[in-house]
Amino acid sequence: MKNHIWRPLYVVLAIVLLILMFRAFYVPEDFGIQDRGYTFGFHRLSNEQEWKEFPDKYRGSSYCEGCHYDKTEVFATSQHGMMQCENCHGAAFDHPEDPEKLNIDRSREQCLRCHSQLYTPSSGRSDIPGVNPEEHNVGIECSVCHNPHNPSLEEM
Amino acid sequence: MKRRDFIRQTAVFVAGAAMSSSAMVMFDPKQVLAQRPELRWGFLVDTHRCVGCGFCVKACKIENDIPIEANVTRTWVERYVIKQDGEVLAESPKGALNGFTNKRIDQNTSGMIEVKDEDVAQAFFVPKLCNQCETPACVQVCPVGATYQTADGVVLVDRKWCIGCGYCIMGCPYGVRFFHPKEHVADKCTFCYHRIVDGGDTACAQACPFGARKLGNLRDPDDPVAKAVLYGRVGVLRDEYGTKPQVFYLGLSKEVH
Repeated sequence: MKNHIWRPLYVVLAIVLLILMFRAFYVPEDFGIQDRGYTFGFHRLSNEQEWKEFPDKYRGSSYCEGCHYDKTEVFATSQHGMMQCENCHGAAFDHPEDPEKLNIDRSREQCLRCHSQLYTPSSGRSDIPGVNPEEHNVGIECSVCHNPHNPSLEEM
Repeated sequence: MKRRDFIRQTAVFVAGAAMSSSAMVMFDPKQVLAQRPELRWGFLVDTHRCVGCGFCVKACKIENDIPIEANVTRTWVERYVIKQDGEVLAESPKGALNGFTNKRIDQNTSGMIEVKDEDVAQAFFVPKLCNQCETPACVQVCPVGATYQTADGVVLVDRKWCIGCGYCIMGCPYGVRFFHPKEHVADKCTFCYHRIVDGGDTACAQACPFGARKLGNLRDPDDPVAKAVLYGRVGVLRDEYGTKPQVFYLGLSKEVH
């Protein structure tokens, strides 16, 4: 056959070979069809492990209890007992090492998340005591009068 | 050929031809078992219990390193206000990162609308997160195999492999995917995979003071979530898309999509 047919064919073959070589180096060995088949499970297997190693930030109230049991004991029996410590005190990360001190959210907005009175007849929100933030002691932090660890109005 | 033979052979041929070729396939028992593993994560949202405090959104953002002020989030809470005349108002300001603290409803170009208490027929909150679908549309459309489903049903994104083309963000019927502003890849709820594989709870479910969010193993008949799905009356979002969502809702209204 003539040269002008073979020559481009060699070029194409060389390109294919190059792509295959690049692929062999670039695509990790654990990349392939995993548990969920080709359609849903085509991936790099070690990525599952990478996600599993993602660091936790929130530790849960039981973590706080280890040291601050004097606070958690009273808190657990209060009307706010179902709240997580970290919802107001911030995520623990590796406290007490890092950070040494947590930043407490004492803002009005924090309390208003639940205690701003809305009209929600078909939601549990209507069972929570609420105030109108535009009328109720504007500009003063709630914790000046209310104790968030024991919010009982009788014991104020 | 005799008439008797003809009829007999015809009957044999018709019976043979009627048999589906799939009946001849030999199943590998391992393959069949793998399709129904011992663990399948599922989620139950009780909309009656949700009060719209948004602690779940805040916890999710911090736990998963999603920039707190960026207007993207892996989970969010929607407020629905249905008026006496049937008009439906819905909003989710900043995904309810700071909860719902006033009666004004953000209606984008129509501005802030305040509905009088006496005009409200229903008002409630609906938390949303990735449905970890059984047949996820977002995974099918990925051209590079960067997003996938694990054996226990969670859809993850390989951040090293994602090219950021955005097909999955468009492909998800629930709009749960977004472009991560710092990682520059597609991002989505992972059911806090790093927490649940160690026996923990998702950050959102842990932060919820009212038990509106629950994670469970749908394969365990004693699991409270599996029980609610098996024996309770639950709904899923946008069933018509055929994605088989695995986040189940108690108290779902027709106004919620």
